[in-house]
Amino acid sequence: MKIAYTGEMDQRPCKEVLGATIEKIVTEDENAIYLDADLMSCAGTLKWGKQNPDRAIDCGIAESNMAGVAAGLAVAGYRPIIHSFGPFASRRCYDQIFLSGGYGKNDITVIGTDPGVTAAMNGGTHMPFEDVALYSVLPGSTVIDVSDPTCLVSVLKQCVYRPGVKYIRVGRKQMARVYEDGTELPIGKAVTLREGTDAVVFAAGIMLHEAMQAALSLEKQGVSVAVVDCFTIKPLDTEAVLAWAKKTGAVVVAENANRHGGLYTAVLEALAEGCPVPAACVAVEDEFGEVGTQGYLQKRFGLTAAHIEAQVKAVVARKRAK
Amino acid sequence: MELTEKKALQAFAIRIRMALVEAIHSIGSGHVGGALSIADVLAVLYGREMNVRPEDPQWPDRDYLVVSKGHAGPAVYGTLALKGYFPYEELKTLNQGGTRLPSHCDRNKTPGIDVTTGSLGQGTSQAAGLALGNRLKGRKNRVFLIVGDGELDEGQCWEAFAFAAAHKLSNLAVLIDWNKKQLDGRVDEVLPLGNIAAKMEAFGFDAVQVDGGDVEAIAAALERTRQGGDKPYAIVLDAVKGHGIAEAENTEMNHSMPINDERYARWMGELQADLAALEG
Repeated sequence: MKIAYTGEMDQRPCKEVLGATIEKIVTEDENAIYLDADLMSCAGTLKWGKQNPDRAIDCGIAESNMAGVAAGLAVAGYRPIIHSFGPFASRRCYDQIFLSGGYGKNDITVIGTDPGVTAAMNGGTHMPFEDVALYSVLPGSTVIDVSDPTCLVSVLKQCVYRPGVKYIRVGRKQMARVYEDGTELPIGKAVTLREGTDAVVFAAGIMLHEAMQAALSLEKQGVSVAVVDCFTIKPLDTEAVLAWAKKTGAVVVAENANRHGGLYTAVLEALAEGCPVPAACVAVEDEFGEVGTQGYLQKRFGLTAAHIEAQVKAVVARKRAK
Repeated sequence: MELTEKKALQAFAIRIRMALVEAIHSIGSGHVGGALSIADVLAVLYGREMNVRPEDPQWPDRDYLVVSKGHAGPAVYGTLALKGYFPYEELKTLNQGGTRLPSHCDRNKTPGIDVTTGSLGQGTSQAAGLALGNRLKGRKNRVFLIVGDGELDEGQCWEAFAFAAAHKLSNLAVLIDWNKKQLDGRVDEVLPLGNIAAKMEAFGFDAVQVDGGDVEAIAAALERTRQGGDKPYAIVLDAVKGHGIAEAENTEMNHSMPINDERYARWMGELQADLAALEG
């Protein structure tokens, strides 16, 4: 495990990494198969997909059917990977994923791109804040919010061979580099990016970078903050969450999703049962999405380092007031 | 078709009806109408057309059946019990806690059930995926899909049909149980479907319509689907909801019906008489 965070962007856009990783997995395993709903161009798979129509199935703009076809392919002995934008890979085909997939014990890997505010210019109709909650209540599911391109490569490979329904939410643009290339990140294991004593921030996806920036700023103000990458939202690394909660006594959760039903909920469940300490979140306050640049939207929905900083100060104050 | 084979298939269909009545009576009520209406096609599928091994239900090269109208489970369970997939007596565990025979078809519970269904429309896409997967794996088997007419209200069916045609899934045969009724009443009153065979043709299927109660006609239509080609097949089964038991046929709201002891005795008596008349 090599942490490579400097605050710089990883040079590889996630779309490129996503496309190359899907192609590699499907090319190397004759039982892996990839399906898309007319968004191969957005997943970086179009060129390879057109050349390999038996390995990359374009289902057209019909996500429910795609989910069902994936389940049928699983019955036939395949390990399907399906992709669409986050809202269409979750809300639009949820009953099909839930029943034909999960309930029918047909293992499917679902990739939902452009999670939360990363949907930016596509606006509110394309901006899933609820995908995490939906997939979290699917029994036996795995829910991942990707932290950087290296994380994407590692989790996608694992998901294909993991039982149940797996949901991976990942943007298509560049993300801050967190890990050294080739690092393997076992699903279900949180990663401590930074130690600290006054508070801990559990973050996922694009919020990891914001959390690291907040921690650096707070350090200069004399507040010592740990930052933990919770890229596996489900199953949550409860052991790591409780250990850091005990050590610091103050918790902030940062996620690019609705505060209800996502990482914050999962962390609060763990804390309530194992270590009830002051906690707060930086997440979307039960709102629908809207259009704008990602920068604008992060400010609009309160998803910045400054918001994390404020919440850390608030929980630390609550801890001291006890 | 030889007369003996025709009679054997007709007798099989009656025994399927007896088996499903047995199962539903054990729990008191259930989806009588739509289970009875597919007894004849099930008899032809399992009595003639499908290549299966009851002693090895997971044999990968078997022909698959997807009953997308999953609530017709009791008819399928009756068929599978008669074929020896599990003991006939087990039919009396229908819907009991811990049973292997739930109201709707579940591939993880019942030997011989290939695909989990129940949320209407979802069997169609799974059948298409299964047919595609089998073809990609080089298998020569086929996938049979039974869909209800009311079920065609679900948009997913039409997504799946477009997909099946686009991928030229000639190893898929869609059997539409056109029994004219859905839960709330007549299909023509709830959401009229128009000419189903014409719609299937328009979606790129090789479509025919046959009498859904005529085993010989069903057998001939199924035989046609063996020839491959570049289109999936559709057979519209002109059927009667509750077919084969007069009281069930004549009950307007027959989607779900109770079967008490008195009705059970009467219906079984009638079916026994049908069987005796047929087998002499």
